[in-house]
Amino acid sequence: MSYGAVLVVLASFLACSVEMVEATTIVLAVGLTHGWRTAFVGTITALLALTVVVGALGRSITNINIDDLRIFVGVLLLIFGLQWMRKAILRASGLKAKHDEASIFERELRELESIPVVHAAIDWTGFVVSFKGVFLEGLEVAFIVFTFGANRGEYGLSLTGAILAVVVITAIAAVVHKPLARVPENGIKFMVGILLVAFGTFWGGEGLGVEWTLSDGTIPVLAVIYGLVAWGLVQYLKRPAAAPAAVVVEG
Amino acid sequence: MKYITGFGRFWWDFIVGDSIFLAIGAPVAFISAYLVDRSSLSSLAEVALPVIVIGTLLVSLRGGDR
Repeated sequence: MSYGAVLVVLASFLACSVEMVEATTIVLAVGLTHGWRTAFVGTITALLALTVVVGALGRSITNINIDDLRIFVGVLLLIFGLQWMRKAILRASGLKAKHDEASIFERELRELESIPVVHAAIDWTGFVVSFKGVFLEGLEVAFIVFTFGANRGEYGLSLTGAILAVVVITAIAAVVHKPLARVPENGIKFMVGILLVAFGTFWGGEGLGVEWTLSDGTIPVLAVIYGLVAWGLVQYLKRPAAAPAAVVVEG
Repeated sequence: MKYITGFGRFWWDFIVGDSIFLAIGAPVAFISAYLVDRSSLSSLAEVALPVIVIGTLLVSLRGGDR
């Protein structure tokens, strides 16, 4: 298996894992307050909708020139990857609050408890919250799976990573039955951001006709370079003197 | 109208997110790399692209894009 193939599975596994953890928090909150049947039906419907999105996107790009597709994929991955990296750098340097699954779970639980439960086969409020949570968290993963698959001309590797993540996170959530606050989400998001930017640079560059000297081996090299730059930026932004200049206080 | 606005806002949040610099910077990085690749400095394109990507990240971190 080439470097590229291993990294495709790893990136899609990690990206899917973090989004799954966030979706699990919402589904757990719905299950505990509005019933497990509602939470389950909302989740399955959202997963089916995501499958349709990836399938429709996959079918719609079959006639596009591969170089144009690589540029399109590169731009998408760069935008997503840089967004993830930027947030991760701000979080690691203390300029943005870290993602805290336990407190998000508490907030979701409080909000859902304040909405009356409808005792029917399906509680529609719970269904919508559960569907929205899984669909929106999953959409980014769907785009990652789609872009990786479209670029390589086969979806097997990126789907393998995503399915592995779904199985692993679902199994853990089913066993522990509470939000997966111990999953190092912030660290994983950092890594995913770096990988997405590395892939986006490589594939977009290939689409433009850039000759990468190391071929597929360029991807891990780019990942290391971006990782080192990100680490350096975190160290720089952590300095007290750097903080005011960096602005950015986000919710 | 409400649904159209909501749909538009969803895609804006999805693509642009917190930083408009990144949404603009990514295509600009590729356009710049393309220009380098088509110039007499084409051998530098593989260095230029990652450098421009890093520059885009730096600009987005300097703030100003709230």
